[in-house]
Amino acid sequence: MQSPASGLSMLLFIEQILNGLQLGVMLFLMSAGLTLVFGIMQVINLAHGSFYMIGAYVAATVMQQTGSFMLGLLAALPVSALIGMLVEALVLRRLYQRDHLDQVLATFGLILFFNELTRIIWGRQPLFMDGPEWLSGTVELIPGAPYPSYRLAIIVVGIAVAVLLYLLFTRTRLGMQIRAGSSNREMVAALGVNIKLLYTLVFGLGTLLAGLAGVMAGPILAVESGMGESILILTFVVIVIGGIGSIRGALIAALLVGMVDTLGRAFLPGLFRLVLPAAQADGVGASLSSMAIYILMAAILVWKPKGLFPAQA
Amino acid sequence: MEAEGTVSGAGLIAMQNFLTRKIAVLSTCLILLLALPVIMQLLDEPYLISLSSRILIYAIAAVSLYLILGYGGMVSLGHAAFFGTGAYVVGILASASFDASPVFSWPFQMDGSERLLVALPLALLISAFAALIIGFFSLRTSGMYFIMITLAFAQMLYYFYVSLEGYGGDDGLSLYSRSQLPLLDLGDDTHFYYLCLTFLLLFLLFCHRLVNSRFGRVIQGIRENEKRMQSLGYAVFGYKLACFVIAGAGAGLAGALMANQSEFVSPGLMHWTQSGEILVMVLLGGMGTLFGPVLGAVALLSMEEILSMFTEHWMVYLGPFLILVVLFTRGGLYGLLIGRER
Amino acid sequence: MLDSILRVEGLCKRFGAVEASNNLSFEVARGEIHALIGPNGAGKTTAINQLTGEITPDAGSIFFDGEEITHLPVHLRARKGLARSFQITAVFEHLSVEENLGLAVQAHQGHSFRFWRNVARDSSLKQLTRQAIETIGLEARAAEPAANLSHGEKRQLEVGMALASRPKLILLDEPMAGMGPGGTVKLAELIQGLKGNLSILLVEHDMDVVFSLADRITVLVYGEVIASGTVEQIRNDPLVRQAYLGEEVIDA
Repeated sequence: MQSPASGLSMLLFIEQILNGLQLGVMLFLMSAGLTLVFGIMQVINLAHGSFYMIGAYVAATVMQQTGSFMLGLLAALPVSALIGMLVEALVLRRLYQRDHLDQVLATFGLILFFNELTRIIWGRQPLFMDGPEWLSGTVELIPGAPYPSYRLAIIVVGIAVAVLLYLLFTRTRLGMQIRAGSSNREMVAALGVNIKLLYTLVFGLGTLLAGLAGVMAGPILAVESGMGESILILTFVVIVIGGIGSIRGALIAALLVGMVDTLGRAFLPGLFRLVLPAAQADGVGASLSSMAIYILMAAILVWKPKGLFPAQA
Repeated sequence: MEAEGTVSGAGLIAMQNFLTRKIAVLSTCLILLLALPVIMQLLDEPYLISLSSRILIYAIAAVSLYLILGYGGMVSLGHAAFFGTGAYVVGILASASFDASPVFSWPFQMDGSERLLVALPLALLISAFAALIIGFFSLRTSGMYFIMITLAFAQMLYYFYVSLEGYGGDDGLSLYSRSQLPLLDLGDDTHFYYLCLTFLLLFLLFCHRLVNSRFGRVIQGIRENEKRMQSLGYAVFGYKLACFVIAGAGAGLAGALMANQSEFVSPGLMHWTQSGEILVMVLLGGMGTLFGPVLGAVALLSMEEILSMFTEHWMVYLGPFLILVVLFTRGGLYGLLIGRER
Repeated sequence: MLDSILRVEGLCKRFGAVEASNNLSFEVARGEIHALIGPNGAGKTTAINQLTGEITPDAGSIFFDGEEITHLPVHLRARKGLARSFQITAVFEHLSVEENLGLAVQAHQGHSFRFWRNVARDSSLKQLTRQAIETIGLEARAAEPAANLSHGEKRQLEVGMALASRPKLILLDEPMAGMGPGGTVKLAELIQGLKGNLSILLVEHDMDVVFSLADRITVLVYGEVIASGTVEQIRNDPLVRQAYLGEEVIDA
């Protein structure tokens, strides 16, 4: 015999699980490309969030002009990929042989540039965009628990990308080369692969995925200058947990981080209310839930300093 | 450095020239710094005194980062966490004192205070403690992992302070007044300037002794080759952690002064762009000497100040400028001013 | 019963399908120069790395000066008097020769959490560092950054750093690597001069050097000891001759 209250909290729980899945999928899109860039080129790139922002802005602008989300998406993807490859050729390529400090500083410079550039072009006010009309409703996956179709679509897109990446890396020649590159650079060079081109393509693939994440985040969050940095830091947490260079690690860590963050925010204050007075419980719960993923990261580091799936032995 | 009769005649003269030039430049700087408030008063630009204090404070933070970065080879992207912690200690103590309510009452009662002699040591202690915890976890890794992890932990502290609703949360906390110190009136910008200058000079002296001590040698050895240090018999983790903690305390000192300078603390102080800016100061100043980061702080903050007079979008120029500095200069501004040492 | 400074018993280490150490056992007597030789890929470096603690063995034990050290971390083994030099030069490139050796000396003068006193005025440190510089004959280069040294001088410094910690046993991992004949002679003299004061485990490719310096030799092939004995015994061992056939000329 189930009480109505526990039935309700069950529905709430499922909804939060889906939210966690959706955040995890976004983080996967961000971290899949970045972890490859780190692993293959051994270069730390802080500017990955900028391509997320660029994707969102381009989509929002095209959508304002044409009214079509899909056109916005179709415009944003090649633009993010092309700007990414341009940045790789102009700046990143010169940093591969440098130490990490130089890479941090130069890509920090890129962030400042892109953030300010968007302020010049689009102003300081955030832009808002809607998802496509046909995804504006809700779906009842489980009777009694309506869930926004758009958020569900994000999850579907994320799973599709994961499958495509899996096929790319296991079934195609290019994918094999990339995979080999993330574990043994010299060998790939010795096999006569055009490393320069390979690097540019990998970088472009990464920024394309970041742009895709940005477009999909557009209707959920405000499109504004600096929007890339908060997700960038979460992405770093994902990469650290998953292990640099590992796509599988990125997928698992992204889902883990998405779940822990979402469920922590939703339920920790409630849990603390069981043992503490309400006001105090909300305070402690809010503090702890915003710190939960970092604590998770610290715990995993103690156990496995190179992440769950270290690509390089 | 000893000549030992091994340096050739020409080399010796070059070395002497280098030293004379170094002494000349540094003493000119010191005199300028001492006379600065007087000059500003004469020019009737009192705002510049307060700006100068801010620069001195950031110089302390940059020097503290340089300890782990330049000597220890640890690229931390979370240094603002300790800067912000130092500031919040001052802010929270002052706010509790103003409300006449204790900061906490368990396990013992901790009252607020507006006295610098109470707030400053506490700020140092607590930021050192934060550095101990963060360092303990981050220093298990190195390279790219270390960069990302320090950044992530700094962001964690950022969210922690955002969640402190009792102390202003996202909006931050205004101080009723600057801290109190016997003999000085810190509310007076000139007095406060000299306080900051004193702390900067003391901190520089401390760091100078530190890097030339046994401990400093060990830190530099670890930067060069950690594995070799282990095989020589050093427990490297402890030394790295100690260095990280000292640097954290230095940043906490800067943060405590910053809270006083602006009479305001907010989570923005430990936003990751702050860590980035402190890192930029170190780079601009150039590696190889403790004066580099000081010069870098002066250069970056004055450049920001000047650029922002012409355009609100100065960052669009600063970004590419940074990239160019990284790609095309080695040795930073100190190198240009003094010449390369080796 | 041999008075051994180092005793290795049944050491096993496997990397995937490769048996890098297979039931490895040998002893180094106090005061001797013991050479560890074997063709490329015999597992010499893996053996050394297990002795110093950089790699943990899958099975077996290591005794140093009567104490088991199998699971001790690298730095504690060094503290007990087990020093090593590296096959690939691992000096501190940006520090001077004097600073390099100073760090080696300092490692064995208690902890280094000393934050204030200038090392340049630290007489106990300076004196021992001086001696270490004289031992390897680099007086004229003391103030030079290690990066500016010639390859031969770097090798001397490399060995000097291991010596400066006044160890009981020193593991020299191919000390002659990449050196010309002149440098080899110089370094061989240095090693010869150490004989008696401390024990040496020498891993070396140059057979002339091995046969002129070593008291006893252990031969590794595919991670296994195939022979262990005096120079004469090894020279005449048929198994050793077979293992080295076409690879090195044994006659010194």
